Amino acid sequence: MAQAHTAHDGSHGSYSAYLIGFVLAVILTVASFAAVMTHALSPGMALAALTVLAVVQIVVHLVFFLHMNTSSEQSWNLMCFIFAAASVIVIIGGTIFIMHDTAINMMSR
Amino acid sequence: MAHEATMSPLAHADDHHGEHHETPNVFGFWLYLMTDCILFGSIFAAFAVLRNQFAGGPSGKELFDLTNVGIETAILLFSSITYGFASLNAMAKNKTMVLLWLAVTFVLGASFVGLELNEFSSMIAEGNGPDRSAFLSAFFTLVGTHGLHVTCGLIWMLVLMVQMMGPQDLSERMMNKLTCLSLFWHFLDIVWICVFSFVYLAGVM
Repeated sequence: MAQAHTAHDGSHGSYSAYLIGFVLAVILTVASFAAVMTHALSPGMALAALTVLAVVQIVVHLVFFLHMNTSSEQSWNLMCFIFAAASVIVIIGGTIFIMHDTAINMMSR
Repeated sequence: MAHEATMSPLAHADDHHGEHHETPNVFGFWLYLMTDCILFGSIFAAFAVLRNQFAGGPSGKELFDLTNVGIETAILLFSSITYGFASLNAMAKNKTMVLLWLAVTFVLGASFVGLELNEFSSMIAEGNGPDRSAFLSAFFTLVGTHGLHVTCGLIWMLVLMVQMMGPQDLSERMMNKLTCLSLFWHFLDIVWICVFSFVYLAGVM
């Protein structure tokens, strides 16, 4: 493993990067399960906690496992990802917003 | 092959730095993953709308076994890091270790699919199949699509392992294939984060 990790700062990963990512992912996953299983939080708070933990864990996976970074070599990857993520937010957020309003106005709930 | 010819300048650069650089193939595969992202986004949107439409049937609280979900999550997380070890060994051109780590990853992935099929079949056997309620239709579509992706990844992994066997060294083309599968595999773990958070954990609250 005498590679150019140090020079490239793990742009394609190293054992330590994978292990750091793994430990962070385990901590975040356990926190998610604990937030729900301990019943310490109200459902609304727990959902908010789940969302925050999921977003943080996605970033951890992207950085440590998919080796995403802001280097110029990867700018197109990052740009495509941002576009896809924005589309997903519009699809999910828009759907929930519209269908929730519809449900309220149609009194179907 | 013309394909090999277009790749060769990059391959030379790789040999020089001893580091694997991204090629157009990998970027193309990344674009596919982004479209897959939108596919999953659409199914998540459908699930978000239908998650309370139980039609008098069971809710997630009665159906989901969080211990099972926890085990599935742990398996996928372990398989992510074992694939990472395979990638690192591939960069070090250590083919035996690549095959070994891929085999470990394959076993983990297969046990994930096994657990999921077991969960599905017991739910269907109890009459809580996808035809029971809109909630269950959305659940089976979402979790089933993810499981189908994992199954495809497993088949792909098996094909790559067979292609890698034999005396030849790891070629630049094989490195690209391994990188694409690595992106696919880690991407599926990201989708699973959303599944266990918003389907299972949010479903039992």
